[in-house]
Amino acid sequence: MYPSDYRYTKDHEWIKLEGATATVGITHYAQEALGDVVFVELPKVGAKFDAGAAFGTVESVKAVSEVYCPVSAEVVEVNSALATAPETINKDPHGAAWMIKVRPSNAKEIEGLMDAAAYQAFIAEKEKESHA
Amino acid sequence: MTSPATVEPRKTALNLTHRRMGAKMVNFGGWDMPVEYSGIIAEHNAVRSAAGLFDVSHMGEIELRGPAALQLVQRVTCNDASRLVPGQAQYSGLMTSAGTFVDDLLVHKISDTHYFLCVNAGNQDGDYAHICRHNTFGAQTENTGARYSLLAVQGPRAKSILQRFTPVPLDPIRYYHFTFGAVDGVDCMIARTGYTGEDGFEIYFAPEHSEKLWQNLLEAGKTEGLIPCGLGARNTLRLEAGMALYGHEIDDTTTVWEANLGWICKTDKGDFLGHDALLKQKAEGLHRILVGLEMTDRMIARDAYPVFHDGKQVGRVTSGSPAPFLMKNIAMAYVPLELRSPGTPLQIGIRNQQAPARVVAVPFYKRQK
Repeated sequence: MYPSDYRYTKDHEWIKLEGATATVGITHYAQEALGDVVFVELPKVGAKFDAGAAFGTVESVKAVSEVYCPVSAEVVEVNSALATAPETINKDPHGAAWMIKVRPSNAKEIEGLMDAAAYQAFIAEKEKESHA
Repeated sequence: MTSPATVEPRKTALNLTHRRMGAKMVNFGGWDMPVEYSGIIAEHNAVRSAAGLFDVSHMGEIELRGPAALQLVQRVTCNDASRLVPGQAQYSGLMTSAGTFVDDLLVHKISDTHYFLCVNAGNQDGDYAHICRHNTFGAQTENTGARYSLLAVQGPRAKSILQRFTPVPLDPIRYYHFTFGAVDGVDCMIARTGYTGEDGFEIYFAPEHSEKLWQNLLEAGKTEGLIPCGLGARNTLRLEAGMALYGHEIDDTTTVWEANLGWICKTDKGDFLGHDALLKQKAEGLHRILVGLEMTDRMIARDAYPVFHDGKQVGRVTSGSPAPFLMKNIAMAYVPLELRSPGTPLQIGIRNQQAPARVVAVPFYKRQK
């Protein structure tokens, strides 16, 4: 479910580093919590974000959620297909529904994020809380 | 003060069933309720095209009995309950002395000496206290919410699904009428009411039968497209149908005139709480009114977003959401009277942007009869 070569944030974004660029999206857990996604707002190429800064918005029928940049980075590509097919986020959150590609300014920041095992433990803990 | 988050949420008799069936749960009005099962869009469209089953047992019930029951109903509500015949229900407002809403409710006349009120979950205790405070007539009052489960079967297939479970002929029950009878062997009050803009029924019964009725209705209704639905779809359905939600379109600062609910206010029925204030407001004229809005780009208006006209803020969104059946983004908002005409361009403040919208007629959706 959660690819082992991705890193994850507590806000439920994923990031995958490939050479000098990284791809960013939201996790399966995030899309499930949101429900039917109907609207996505993404930044322009060239926009710069600090780690933890909101770079976009995802809206489901019932909720509005900001999406945060996992690392300090500059946007080099945007998945414009999501504008007309936002439901891709529900169908393939870790693949076709990638949101932005970025050039991280400090690749070391990625190492500070959770790996797949740590993220799964993190959401398991959250699940337990909500059923308490 | 205890913050709501630390208070144990209340649970309907079907709470464990919802969890076991994988519903997504939320706290709504102090109740732990299913917000969605298979997804709001699928549930919404199932109710428009086939049928949906909702557990709305969080709704409150208050019963008034005795020879003075009608007098008390007439005193605290704005609609005219004297026009009801036994077996008839009416939509009404529970009024403050300022003519604003303590709550909105359904008044069911069971007999000349027994009125059955269905009120909002989060307001039940406040409503009951309010009614008791104004009971100078000696009517017997009882807060009976814990004695009833309430299931809503809604949609064009609702009647045929429910009919398989009851010997009571459902077709003759007219809209906003009700009767008593067995459903799957369980004693029920069967009302042709709902909050979705579709035909449908709401059945009230003792909570211990909840599991059986829920499961049997779902199982039998499957072939006709019946699916379990949550409060998420209930909200988008009522919004498309232009129905008010307490705490959004109406509250203790809004009046029937402002909320376009003049049809539930019968000032000629005699005195009632808020009567004079409402007549005064009507005579002096309104400053604002509730309108429907349709977004004209892809942006989505949400509850409490500011509404602008010519760069100036003129109001706020009371409810805003994508409308899954209409496939538009719609909202309701209070705006100055002069901006009420359909077609009037307005802008909604959405994250540092002003998104274009226009005033449209309400209801947004009306079913074909």
